[in-house]
Amino acid sequence: MRYAKRGRMRFSSHRDFQRALERALRRAGVPMAYSAGFTPHPRISFAGAAATGVASEAEYLEIALAQRCDPDLVRAALDDALPEGLDVLEVVQARTGNLADRLEASVWEVELPGVAPEEAEHALAALLAAPSVQVQRLTKTGMRSFDARAAVLHAVVTREAGDRVPGSASEGSDAACAILRMVVRHLTPAVRPDDVLAALRAVADFAPPLPARVTRLAQGPLMHGNGAVADPLAADRDAADT
Amino acid sequence: MPVESVFERLEALLPLVGKPIQYVGGELNSQVKAWDVGGDATVRWALMYPDAYEVGLPNQGVMILYEVINERPDALAERTYAVWPDLERLMRAHGVPQFTVDGHRPVAAFDVLGVSFSTELGYTNLLTALDLAGIPLLAGERDDAHPIVLAGGHAAFNPEPITDFIDAAVIGDGEQAVLEITDLISAWKTEGRPGGRTELLARMARTGGVYVPRFFDVEYLGDGRIRRVVPNRKDIPWRVHKFTVMDLDDWPYPKRPLVPLAETVHERMSVEIFRGCTRGCRFCQAGMITRPVRERSITGIGEMVEQGLRASGFEEVGLLSLSSADHSEIAQITRGLADRYEGSNIGLSLPSTRVDAFNIDLADELSRNGRRSGLTFAPEGGSERIRKVINKMVTEEDLVRTVAAAFGSGWRQVKLYFMCGLPTETDEDVLQIAELAKRVIATGRQAAGSRDIRCTVSIGGFVPKAHTPFQWAGQAPHEVVDARLATLRAAIRADRQYGRAIGVRYHDGKPGIIEGLLSRGDRRVGAVIRRVWEDGGRFDGWSEHFSFDRWTRCAAEALAPHGIDVDWYTTRERDHAEVLPWDHLDSGLDKDWLWEDWQAALAQTEQDDCRWTPCFDCGVCPQLGTQIQIGPTGRTLLPVTAVGAGGAELTARP
Repeated sequence: MRYAKRGRMRFSSHRDFQRALERALRRAGVPMAYSAGFTPHPRISFAGAAATGVASEAEYLEIALAQRCDPDLVRAALDDALPEGLDVLEVVQARTGNLADRLEASVWEVELPGVAPEEAEHALAALLAAPSVQVQRLTKTGMRSFDARAAVLHAVVTREAGDRVPGSASEGSDAACAILRMVVRHLTPAVRPDDVLAALRAVADFAPPLPARVTRLAQGPLMHGNGAVADPLAADRDAADT
Repeated sequence: MPVESVFERLEALLPLVGKPIQYVGGELNSQVKAWDVGGDATVRWALMYPDAYEVGLPNQGVMILYEVINERPDALAERTYAVWPDLERLMRAHGVPQFTVDGHRPVAAFDVLGVSFSTELGYTNLLTALDLAGIPLLAGERDDAHPIVLAGGHAAFNPEPITDFIDAAVIGDGEQAVLEITDLISAWKTEGRPGGRTELLARMARTGGVYVPRFFDVEYLGDGRIRRVVPNRKDIPWRVHKFTVMDLDDWPYPKRPLVPLAETVHERMSVEIFRGCTRGCRFCQAGMITRPVRERSITGIGEMVEQGLRASGFEEVGLLSLSSADHSEIAQITRGLADRYEGSNIGLSLPSTRVDAFNIDLADELSRNGRRSGLTFAPEGGSERIRKVINKMVTEEDLVRTVAAAFGSGWRQVKLYFMCGLPTETDEDVLQIAELAKRVIATGRQAAGSRDIRCTVSIGGFVPKAHTPFQWAGQAPHEVVDARLATLRAAIRADRQYGRAIGVRYHDGKPGIIEGLLSRGDRRVGAVIRRVWEDGGRFDGWSEHFSFDRWTRCAAEALAPHGIDVDWYTTRERDHAEVLPWDHLDSGLDKDWLWEDWQAALAQTEQDDCRWTPCFDCGVCPQLGTQIQIGPTGRTLLPVTAVGAGGAELTARP
């Protein structure tokens, strides 16, 4: 299943989404398969969710059902049962291996209100020229230091927002706004957009005056050669056709 | 004139604060109506629960009023909650006003700011909200452009400490009250707002059901006590009566419970199965001020559960009341619901259960489909003697028998609630809590045939409340409460045989003293609240924010000119003749009856429940023209197609 986190709903945390989804599944009457045991839980597996405050057009999860259902009807029923802004975009029957393994990289759009594009370009050039840039982030296991450069496969600064859905982040400001688009490989530890911003600060004293607005546009398998990201559900769809 | 949403300005601040989801609204079953939905006379309510969103959202009172008002075509209601200090700082820095989470409209633009006070510890949060909204803190400084600030909820039964800050208060059930007030405002607006704010408040006051503090003067005696409270207008009654809704089946709210994205304190939907309680526990303000008992019928409950589950997708249903096992058809209700939702993972819970009304059949029905949680009982007092004083008529034998049965049928954990600092209490009464817990473990081990059982003892400090027989009592000093709890804890820890199976949880007694100051305070306490708030006091119900030192310092400063202090309000025992600050607010309870019951408490004499014994003249029914409404109705719940059990319509076509 592919779903989006849009507008104000980008402020929901992953746990918020989990609870909302479980309730929506019940409201929609989706026949869930439950885990066995003392406290049965519906069987849902999430793959690398976007952080709180980050919008996304491409979040993925798998759910196990107790009986075969029509994917399009499940999509519509579940989308109806979720609050506006948490939108179910596509449901396919899983026919292939682990979905999470196919999510090799993400395409991110980072809006930087108050930042002149030239300034962002300058910082980005410095980052791309560096062989590695160490950044620090507080993780579950404490403060970790890691390289944020190697994961960045491709990055450009543009002035116009890309093919994102209107309302995926706030719009309509006349002030300068650089937009950073990049393809970032999923590594361990994960390199997140804010880690890339920290790397920009480290190499070029890049300090945006306002919080960045981040949207994940896509995630999926890395195409060899051109650094593009493919549709992770394509394999399941293809299997259905045969 | 349309009112602009502040969301865009707020949105820029949200990446910088904790749990931003609590400020964005958009909950399932929430709604945003057009600002002029009812034309020029549209009546607009901002409903506030003066605590954090995670506590306020599940509040049933706010949820009911939100729906009742929004069902009217000529009115709208939106919700607002206390913002945490991180957002408060940013809102001040960027000039973002207190907003509603529904339309993100500025609170100051509404006609009424209705604030539901479940506890007195929300008073400082009221001041934050008023200040952020740009509404003058003092009611006397507001003009026609400002909302009417209206207090409700249990704490409003003594609103005197906040009379500086509120324009009006309503006591009792809110459903009918908000509709009547909406009618008054609508008519006043239609007439072209004659007489402005003062006339609107006067119209409310004349009904006898809305308390407008500015229309009452308080006179004091030389020693600090109140001489009398008297209206300063001829056209309003001397006493303000409480609202009582009769026939709960006519008020099946909330029909569509709000379902938050954010995590809240109650992850379940609730259905109120009856209102009021006549068990007569003398410490319990809720039981005293919500009389008489009014049951919702078994079929009414069944409909609300079904409709609510469909609308919300919750997995647990709480059957809410002050003592849920006391419903005359509780066995039929729990069995009927468990049958209906067989195989659906939908669990039932009874948040408040008396030991003597509980049995294992009931517990089995509750956990048949859902998860089996621990059992919780509230004996409240450790010794038989103190339980007679507080009129909590459960015996040690009741408790031990029930607990043994529970452990015998598979439960492994029981939680017991007690209070410390009760009137006439001695160290010995509190030490009896240890003895009771040990007996529970001893009996439990025998019944379960296992040593793997636990008992958690949770103890709160007792705070005397208005409109209860203990309203005259001297509150125990926090040093006394803390010392007794330390002794109790030591006694349990020292017990080699059972000590490790008993957990003890308690809070220190200091917050209880401030709650005591606020709950039995008068108008002079308003200056204390103001000073505390100006000094940075916020979220006093949260131990990490509460500052006892700040409260005592500010209270000493604000009360000194009157020759009184915190002790005068808290640990001082009142006598029969004293005029109490809330005497002009009529909860229906006869003051002489309350005094007799206080004397009976001191004599350790118990009082029966009028549901099953003759009326003992507490005064409520004749005073307010109400009566007890209980079943049994003899009706039953028929099976329905359960939520979540279906899915047929989603099934793939062959």
